[in-house]
Amino acid sequence: MAATYFTEDHEWVRVENDIATVGITDHAQDQLGDLVFVQLPDVGQSLSKGDPTVVVESVKAASDVYAPVDGEVTEVNDATTSDPSLVNSAAASDGWLWKMKLSNPDQLTGLLDEAGYKAIIG
Amino acid sequence: MGTEENLKQLPLDDLHKAANARFGGFAGWSMPITYPLGVMKEHLHTREKVGLFDISHMQLFDVAGADAAALLSRACPLDAAALQTGQSKYTFFLNDEAGILDDLIVTRLGNEHFMVVANAGNAAVDEAHLRGVAKGFDCEIDALDRVFLAIQGPEAVNVLRDAGIAGIDLAFMHGFEPKPGWFMSRSGYTGEDGFEIGFPEADARALVKRLLADDRVAWVGLAARDSLRLEAGLCLHGHDITPDYDPVDAGLLWAITKPVREAAGFIGAEALLAKIATGSTKKRVGLKPEGRQPVRTDAELFDADGTKIGLVTSGGFGPSAGFPVAMGYVSKDLSALGSKVFAEVRGNRIPVEIHSLPFTPHRYHKG
Repeated sequence: MAATYFTEDHEWVRVENDIATVGITDHAQDQLGDLVFVQLPDVGQSLSKGDPTVVVESVKAASDVYAPVDGEVTEVNDATTSDPSLVNSAAASDGWLWKMKLSNPDQLTGLLDEAGYKAIIG
Repeated sequence: MGTEENLKQLPLDDLHKAANARFGGFAGWSMPITYPLGVMKEHLHTREKVGLFDISHMQLFDVAGADAAALLSRACPLDAAALQTGQSKYTFFLNDEAGILDDLIVTRLGNEHFMVVANAGNAAVDEAHLRGVAKGFDCEIDALDRVFLAIQGPEAVNVLRDAGIAGIDLAFMHGFEPKPGWFMSRSGYTGEDGFEIGFPEADARALVKRLLADDRVAWVGLAARDSLRLEAGLCLHGHDITPDYDPVDAGLLWAITKPVREAAGFIGAEALLAKIATGSTKKRVGLKPEGRQPVRTDAELFDADGTKIGLVTSGGFGPSAGFPVAMGYVSKDLSALGSKVFAEVRGNRIPVEIHSLPFTPHRYHKG
């Protein structure tokens, strides 16, 4: 049973067993505009909550995507580097960025649920 | 730049809101940055059809009087008296060190009558500068209150014809006053054919309504205006040209004719001539990063040995080029086309090739 969490930095985190899939929200991609470059982390890279992990660049600006929790990168979505617009067209699905093995699942309780996230973006 | 609260609003702000624009601050103005089409499609639409830009943040100065030509020839490295009526010329305000205070377009409207179009960010500085220089000259300087629109793209001439606008047979870099309160020129900031029209708000609203009823026309925001002009190799004052650069550094000497240099009657002439004699140690160039990663404004440039040799002054992605594009200054010995330098982006050194400008060929209507 997958559960989806959100962060105040506009990431979504879908957790199945102890693997989290991370992407940016549809609201975030809409704010950023057309993406032209995505820089993914290395598989095996160890992340701490809050680490800048992915860089997404639009025509106008570069933005960081932060690790929502601690863990180790297990897989990256190379489709987004060859076609960054995938993040615009399918931010919450095919435009996912990386998967990580959770090292501290308790941190999930500090994240937002969908209603909490929606309240933030108004 | 101000906070959201004290930004000035464009006269057509309500139309941009109705078009669901996303706004941002630029040079003290609340400007439409993108519309729902998005920067990429707005950019491509301008190159394929027609982009409609609200550039009312720019300032029009009407300069008229017996000494109008003399004043402009003093304030700018320009022989204003040699311009034909209807002819426009790209020029500058220089300081005493020949640093570029602003870049401008001056159009001769009559014997003793000129229009000066200046950048938003420098409007107040420009006005003070021009009024300062004007002491002792017999002429009036009038900062006009106008809506200023740019209609840009290969179909611009057809769209304006169909909207009933007269004067579309102008050649590139020419302008005139089609009716009282109107100024129209064949010019722009995209590399495409197009027109710029300054006119009273009510007339502007009527034209916008007609233009937006045409499928070929779409609002285009400041984000695409920037990517279009960068691909076209056109300078943005405050970035690519500033008072720290002179026209020699910037590779803009073409805008100052030889007789004007020789007569040396303009402010900054002494410094400019000295600079021409010694040459510049740096050069403004196009920069093409290898790969897909954009290199942005203020990224430092290095040679292969790691010595700092330049600076990126504008950078982003070129939707028509299909790759990242940038502009900046490098030391002269590394400025040849094809030379390789390295830009520092978030701690990494990205290979960047010196590239010709423009990235996208100009398609002006030379008449």
